[in-house]
Amino acid sequence: MENLKITLLFALAVFLILITGFVQSWNTALLILNMGLISAIMSLGVNLQWGFAGLFNVGIMGFVALGGLAAVLVSAPPVYEAWSVGGIRIIAAIIFGIFVIITIGLWIKKIVNKRQKFWGAILLALAGFFIYRAIFDTGVVAVEAVNPASTGYLGGLGLPILMAWPIGGLLAAGAAWVIGKTALGLRSDYLAIATLGIAEIIIAIIKNEDWLARGVKNVIGLPRPAPYEIDLQQNDKFVSTANSIGIDPVTASTLYVKLIYAGLFSIVLIVIFILAQRALHSPWGRMMRAIRDNEVAAEAMGKNVTGRHLQIFILGSAICGIAGAMMTTLDSQLTPGTYQPLRYTFLIWVMVIIGGSGNNLGAVLGGFIIWFLWVQVEPIGQFLMVILTSGLADDNSLKLHLMDSVAHMRLLTMGLLLLLVLRFSPRGLIPEK
Amino acid sequence: MIDEIEDKFLKAHKITSGYGSGPDILHSCDISVGKGEIAVIVGPNGAGKSTAMKAIFGMLDVREGSILLDGVDITNLTTQDRVRAGMGFVPQNQNIFTSMTVEENLEMGAFIRKDDFSDTLEQVFELFPILKEKRKQAAGELSGGQRQQVAVGRALMTQPKILMLDEPTAGVSPIVMDELFDRIIEVSGTGIPILMVEQNARQALGIADTGYVMVQGRNAYTGSGRELLADPEVRKSFLGG
Amino acid sequence: MDFLNALVVFSNFVFIPALAYGSQLALGALGVTLIYGILRFSNFAHGDTMAFGAMITVLGTWWLQSIGVGLGPLPTALIALPIGIIFCSLFILATDRFVYRFYRNQKAKPVILVIVSMGIMFIMNGLVRFIIGPNDQRFVDGERFIISVREFKQLTGLREGLAFKTTQGITIITAILVVLILFWFLNKTRTGKSMRAYSDNEDLALLSGINPEKVVTVTWLIVAALATVAGTLYGLDKSFKPFVYFSLLLPIFASAIVGGLGNPIGAIAGGFIVAFSEVTITYAWKKVLKYSLPEPLEPTTLMQLLSTDYKFAVSFVILVVVLLFRPTGLFRGKAF
Repeated sequence: MENLKITLLFALAVFLILITGFVQSWNTALLILNMGLISAIMSLGVNLQWGFAGLFNVGIMGFVALGGLAAVLVSAPPVYEAWSVGGIRIIAAIIFGIFVIITIGLWIKKIVNKRQKFWGAILLALAGFFIYRAIFDTGVVAVEAVNPASTGYLGGLGLPILMAWPIGGLLAAGAAWVIGKTALGLRSDYLAIATLGIAEIIIAIIKNEDWLARGVKNVIGLPRPAPYEIDLQQNDKFVSTANSIGIDPVTASTLYVKLIYAGLFSIVLIVIFILAQRALHSPWGRMMRAIRDNEVAAEAMGKNVTGRHLQIFILGSAICGIAGAMMTTLDSQLTPGTYQPLRYTFLIWVMVIIGGSGNNLGAVLGGFIIWFLWVQVEPIGQFLMVILTSGLADDNSLKLHLMDSVAHMRLLTMGLLLLLVLRFSPRGLIPEK
Repeated sequence: MIDEIEDKFLKAHKITSGYGSGPDILHSCDISVGKGEIAVIVGPNGAGKSTAMKAIFGMLDVREGSILLDGVDITNLTTQDRVRAGMGFVPQNQNIFTSMTVEENLEMGAFIRKDDFSDTLEQVFELFPILKEKRKQAAGELSGGQRQQVAVGRALMTQPKILMLDEPTAGVSPIVMDELFDRIIEVSGTGIPILMVEQNARQALGIADTGYVMVQGRNAYTGSGRELLADPEVRKSFLGG
Repeated sequence: MDFLNALVVFSNFVFIPALAYGSQLALGALGVTLIYGILRFSNFAHGDTMAFGAMITVLGTWWLQSIGVGLGPLPTALIALPIGIIFCSLFILATDRFVYRFYRNQKAKPVILVIVSMGIMFIMNGLVRFIIGPNDQRFVDGERFIISVREFKQLTGLREGLAFKTTQGITIITAILVVLILFWFLNKTRTGKSMRAYSDNEDLALLSGINPEKVVTVTWLIVAALATVAGTLYGLDKSFKPFVYFSLLLPIFASAIVGGLGNPIGAIAGGFIVAFSEVTITYAWKKVLKYSLPEPLEPTTLMQLLSTDYKFAVSFVILVVVLLFRPTGLFRGKAF
């Protein structure tokens, strides 16, 4: 019975994508599939934190963006000139900055006197900050002056972009470690606010530090793990194969590329899913859930609750980082201006909760179904609006306004769905066992 | 039987109760307080004393039996309605508003009253003069004994027809405890029936008109305070000889 | 003279803007802290509640302007404010009746309520964009300045000018009035005291016969009013843009936590601490220092600690410092 329900729900997800293919276009369907795969991975990461451990992370956007940054840092071609004029200074400044932060950390740890601890830390931070800026600023000016229209940044390592996926995970894990160290162990709302804040700051850094990834000037044309459509269209073998199946070679090339991405993403999703599933059923996962269900009792039994929480918080965030790197790979560009918390943080939460928190299959399902809705609510809404307003004249101002506003239907829909599921089926579509 | 119910002011008759959907903790308990009486419930830890208070005050569901207040069946009233019906309760813990002043605490006690309660306020101040002195101070800054006075004063502000105290002397020093008992006798002297749970069985029974010894959620011994103190069984088992 | 010039520049670019911004944050943080104190959860929908209330006020202002009602030198929005408050209250009460009450009766964990508030946030955000669109909306009218740079220079003969915008003046005065009324209400009225009692000790409040549903209703009404006022003032002072209100959530939460969640005085103090830190740290001090330092020490750079794009980082750092050193906040809130 339970298995039948799960099968049916996943069949529904497949059906939704197929129907998009038949009704709209296969390109749209594959686009939804690809982003659905990425969403499912993010959703798995958040489910790890929330479903397994009850940690409330609303900084998903930040970890996703760090993954995206990793894609640039790994795969973009290095700008040697920028390195020679100021790169070293910037790196030196950052190393110095880290050194200052570690010193402050040690100070806070070692000094007992509260007043000394506080003012000493402030003083160290201020002094460190000014020295840091003195080293850093000149480097930045020099780097950003290097051919600003096309580069003006340090560039990346010029490595294959697939390597960015694990590195994006590592970057996100690092950030998660820092936040976890400060905010875990405090009450749950504080973790929420802290993660919300760090996500905003990560986005602000990526937007404003042009030397790093060109900021809002965007890094475009990142190398791809899949061939370019234009090359395929000029490949005789590909064209003849396409013709023999009866698809127009241009369409065939776009579909082919998307299928390659889908294949790569599926592999990652399956690997992460299996790992998450094994983690869930391991003694570690059982302990995690025991802690979630009764933190006090777990602590009394000698479990290091904060330590466990830190582990799972880092793991979940790392998965979001991997997904972020994959997404930037799919887009072949990093556009920091498009990172919005409603889309990258709260939407993922809707996925986890509607899918079924605590259940990995649920998280994956939520990723697909909610992503589908997010994309398709707009055309569906448009369609409904046309019917609803069919009695009104074409230049009726209400009608024009309503047609204009259809784009904002998706937020309403998501909110409503979230509330309805929370109220009437709080454990989600596929509840935890 | 009927006579007995009518002559007591508060009468809990064969009540059975427990927490949520958990097992029964109280088993068919009888507890009653007559007009002007002090009734005390004593017994070992986990005997269900506090549970009995909560059940009588409507904070737990009564699964069987009935509770009568002045002849009226209140078994199914909510806690708030019981307050309105004239019951006052001083919980064991967190029984004051720590961030509010002493005077505000007392005002909140009189929250349900629409009439002028300045008389009652004066009466409480008369009973607990220290509270008048510290009326503008935050209740959380007072000492343990003073806090208990605030707590009792708050409950008195509704001019209750019966006052229920859950371990009023828990955690205060012996001297303060004696003073509190004196106050309680004084309150009782104004004609308010008092039902209280106490850890210090010997002293409590000393001031009790009626005593209930509870064991494992049942009435074990019932009698006047003096009788129970004299009963060799009770002495041996609960009063340390 | 140079010192006076420095002072004028400082007031113009740091003190007055920070005072206005701090007032807006304080009003926002008061709403958050009241919900936390009474309903015991962090309301993520608060930013969007501000946007919603402000939106109704904007619509009301337009309507009043269209029928020719105005306040002369003062912005029409001030008359439209009650309309905004009423509609915002109705909406908020509806969310309580149909959404929050269910979880309250279930005694759901706070984190569930936070997630529920996320749902409300989506809905309000969507509604605002649906009704008024995602773009900037102008609704300021009346006199632009209480005192303009030119008038100030003529008046004082100083080289530097000081502009005091009407919206800044209104923001500060309204905030003071609202705070005074709120504190009078909380400390002197029976209902206000019952709210404090409920926030202090829920069980004992019930034992005293305080009706929790009434306390909750009054709280939502106050929160709706505070949010509408804060949102409108922010919109008047800066501009009305739906998305901005969501991003105010971080400084508002930072203010409330810095002051001590659940503590109204703390929320106000927190609002000003965050506002002043944000403005001082992201302001380029060159001009002030040029006037106040002797010539050889005059700065050559902008003397800006952080670019304004990082103003959220300031709230965040303050938040982290408080969490590390004093998790209950400066004024000892309910949190632990």
